[in-house]
Formats: sequence, C-alpha cells, structure tokens
Amino acid sequence: MSAAILTVEGVSKHFRGLQAVSAVSFEVARGEIVALIGPNGAGKTTLFNVVAGVYPPDEGDVRLEGRSIAGLPPDAVCRAGIARTFQLVRPFTRLNVEDNVVVGALAAERGMAAARARAEVVLRRLELWQKRHHLAESLPLPDRKCLELARALATGARLLLLDETMAGLRPTEVDRMVALLGELNRASGLTVLLIEHVMRAVMALAGRIVVLHHGVRIAEGPPSQVVRHPEVLKSYLGEEAV
Amino acid sequence: MRQALAASLPRPTLYLAAAALVLLLAAPFMVGRYTLSILILVLYAAYLGQAWNVMMGFAGLLSIGHALYVGLGAYAAAALFVHFGVPPLLGLFPGIALAAAAGAVIGWLGFRFRIAGVYFALLTIAFAEVARIGFDHIDWLGGSGGLFIPVAAEKRLDLLDLRGGIEMYYYLILALAAAALLLSAGLLRSRLGYYWLAIREDEEAARSLGINLFRARIAAVLISAAMTALAGTFNAFYNSNLFPEHIFSIGSSIDIILAPIVGGLGTLMGPIVGAFILAPLGQLLLSLTTALGLDLPGLELVIHGLLLVVIIRALPGGLWPWLKHRLGLAASAKGAPS
Repeated sequence: MSAAILTVEGVSKHFRGLQAVSAVSFEVARGEIVALIGPNGAGKTTLFNVVAGVYPPDEGDVRLEGRSIAGLPPDAVCRAGIARTFQLVRPFTRLNVEDNVVVGALAAERGMAAARARAEVVLRRLELWQKRHHLAESLPLPDRKCLELARALATGARLLLLDETMAGLRPTEVDRMVALLGELNRASGLTVLLIEHVMRAVMALAGRIVVLHHGVRIAEGPPSQVVRHPEVLKSYLGEEAV
Repeated sequence: MRQALAASLPRPTLYLAAAALVLLLAAPFMVGRYTLSILILVLYAAYLGQAWNVMMGFAGLLSIGHALYVGLGAYAAAALFVHFGVPPLLGLFPGIALAAAAGAVIGWLGFRFRIAGVYFALLTIAFAEVARIGFDHIDWLGGSGGLFIPVAAEKRLDLLDLRGGIEMYYYLILALAAAALLLSAGLLRSRLGYYWLAIREDEEAARSLGINLFRARIAAVLISAAMTALAGTFNAFYNSNLFPEHIFSIGSSIDIILAPIVGGLGTLMGPIVGAFILAPLGQLLLSLTTALGLDLPGLELVIHGLLLVVIIRALPGGLWPWLKHRLGLAASAKGAPS
C-alpha cells in the first residue's frame, strides 16, 4: 500500500442525471505505467478530470502519496505533483515552443534562469530543441502532442496523466511516442496513468490495465489477462479482437 | 530591466529605439510649442496604452473603464494639492493606492464570480460610470463645475509641485513613457509575464500547469491600475483642471485603448507606434479640414473614425507586427505574439 503514488478510492461523479463514474477504486504504484481503457462515454476523461482537480468528486477520495487531493483546484493539484495533457491538445498557440515549456518549468523552479535551463533539458530530451523558436500554432499534430508532454514533464510532476496522447498519430509516430514514454519511465522512474484507445500502445507500455464501462470498473490486471476477460471482450474490444 | 529589454527586442529595433530616444530628447530644442504639445499628447497616449496593454495585451483582460484609474489618480493628487498644499510628487501615491484598490474590487468581483470577456468589460465600464456620476456631486472636489489647480508663472520650474513650462511636462511624460516601456519589457520576461501570456492563450491549460489564475489576474489589474493612476496625476497638473464629465467618460477610456489596438495588442512597441499615428492624426485632420474651409463640425472625427476602421480591417494584428515584418526586424521576436 505504501508504494502507491495515486490512490483512487470509491470515486463517483455525476452530471445532472448522468452517472459518469460510480464508485471506482484503483491504485497506481510508483514507477508504474497504468492504462485506463474503455468504450467512449465510459467515464475515463471524467475520472481524469476528478484526479486533475477539474471537478471535485461527489463521493470518494483521491490521494497522492497518502495525502488527499480531492476537491483541490487544478493548479494546486499540479503543484502537489500531478501534471496532465489534454485529449484535444491545448498548447499556448501564439507562444513559441520554448516559452510553452518554460511556463511548465516555472512550476518546478524559483528563478527564470533555472526555469529556462530546465525547459532546455526537457526540449532536448524530446527532440524539440531545434524547433524552440517556432510558434506552437505552426507545429504539426505529433509535435504539438510532444510539446504538451514536454510542458507537463517540465513541471517536475511525479505522476503524469496522459489523455489519449496517441490519438490521431500515425503508426510510426505512435511507436516513437511509445519508445519515448517507455524510456522516460525506465530512466527517471516516471509514473504514468494514461487513457488510450490505441491498443498497440497500451499493450507495449502498460504494466497494468483498468477497464471502465458505464462509469464502473469492470476489470483490472496485467494486459495479458485483461484482454481475455469476457466482460472486456463483450463491452470494448469485441469478440474477434484477440 | 535593461537586460530584459535587450533580450526581448531584436538588435535593429534597439538601434531604432535609441535613435528615436535621442530625437525625442532633443525635440524641445528643435520644435515649437504647438508641436511639443502634440508630442506630449503622443507620449501620454503611449504611456497609457502601455499600462492598459498589461491587462489586455498580456493577461487577456478587456478593460473599457481605464478612465476610472486616470480620474482617481488625477483627483487624489489635485485635491490634496488644492486643499492641503500636498505636493503632487507625494499626492500621486494616494492616487495610485486608490486606483489599485478600485482595481482590486473590480478584479475580485470579476474573477471571483467568473465574469469573463465582454461581461468583464461591462463591469469595468460600470465602475467608471459610477465614478463619473458620483464625482459630479462631490462639492469638495468641485462637482460637475470642475476642480482647478492654480496656474503658476510659466518661467517658474517647480518639480515638486509639478508647476512649470511645457518643457518640464514634456520631459516628465517622456520619462514616464520610457519607464513604462522598460517595466513592460521586464514584466514580459518575468514569471508573472509568462503566467499572463499562458492565461491569455488558454486558461485551462495554464491552470493545469500550476498557475493560480486569480492571483495572476489580480496582479495584472493592480499593476495596470497603478500605472494608469500616475498618468492621471500628470494629466491633472498638465491641464490644471479636472471635470468628471471628461476624465471619467467612456470616450476617455476608449481613447486609451485605441493606440495599443492600432499599434499591436500585447506587443511592447505597439502602444508607442499606435500613439504616434493616432494622437497627431486627430490634430492633423482638424487643421486640414479648417485649412480647406470645410466648415462641418465633427467632420474630422468622422474621417478619424473611418481611418481607424481601415487600419483595423487591413491589419488586424496591429501596425507594429506588420512594420516589424516590413523592416525585417521580426527575426527573434519572443514573448509577444508576432
């Protein structure tokens, strides 16, 4: 239990009549990559938003390293150590690539010089350094996704929430992103919780999978078991998938 | 500060700015009183534009009520001088404090209750209008009849009381405009500046990166209001008279925002370029229509308005980004949108 960096405990969230998430519990251990999968409308992004502080949970608790963060606003959640990317990328379009990442780095550093140095390290690592003077709006989609990842990484977060980072990428770009995330995870022990539809990426990256359906957790476990789980096959992957 | 400015402006721009500064410093020795009075209007507009740009250009907060801060800065210093003989160099501080307090109230209301965009702009207008009507009825401040500061002999130079010749006012507003430019440049390279740009571009993304929206926005309002109040003190002692109907009017607020919009929102040089185009334009059109014997009252204002429409339609990003591109200065533009 003490190894858990993130604990989601009995979290429920509803909008008007719609029960988006019902009593979902799971944990993410330090250094682990966990994938959250499920059909559209399963409540994955809602759950993400509860963890990231966009919505307070109606019930249940979210803890980061044992400390409750449920109900904290998004900026406080970030300062506590969780950074995120968005399903539809939201770079600061009229700022250049470097300044985008400097904004993230300011969450980790006191001075401007230190923030710039930190941004440089992240940009080099993600191979965006050559494009640092480009405006974010001029980047193609894969680079924008990479930029969002860089911005989140620069905050010095201990847990990264990635919302469909692979969506819209070509297979070779998916492979590149998978390699990058795997490397970050191995090298710096980065913990990642990701929402993902691209099963190739999920199978390659995730040590564990949590499956949501209609806001309820229907399965959890290592990828090889989860993809054979009868409920998962029925609701999400389809009988012929595996 | 100088380093910050050097870092945020490409080298050729720096040379151009230096040349312009030398010309401006020498202006009182080269031009007559009338031209100097126009230059004062230009620099005053540039200073105010810079102050307003901190809120709108940097933090993305639309204020159409900046006349409120001008008026508070003007009335505080003028009333303290007229009634108690407090020199404006001291009286400007209560003016700044008053404007900052008003800004804090507006900001708190707007950000606490999530009044955003045009609704926030309406809120700023409402406060300025309340002040305009309210000050009409404060007899101690002269009410609607106006507050007058005794005019001293032209030859006397009294910096403490801000009484002196036109050259004194010229150099004063030149120093203020230059200081506002340096301050803005420094802010843009600071943590707060990065926060503002991030919020302006995407507030949800900014929040997810640990930025406290409320605090960053309140800081923008406080800094902008304080800078604006200082212009108000200058205005009061330069003109030696104050009328609520004029100083707090929506028209005054709109005059403030035109220069940075025409020059280029969110850019450092935009407010200055815009002021150099707009402030003389009105005077020029006035003398032109009189010279041509076109005796139609308000004609110059109509032409002024039409020209504004043409400029804004043709160059929605403002004159400065376009000029910069034209002059080949755009190479290393950073921070501000290009």
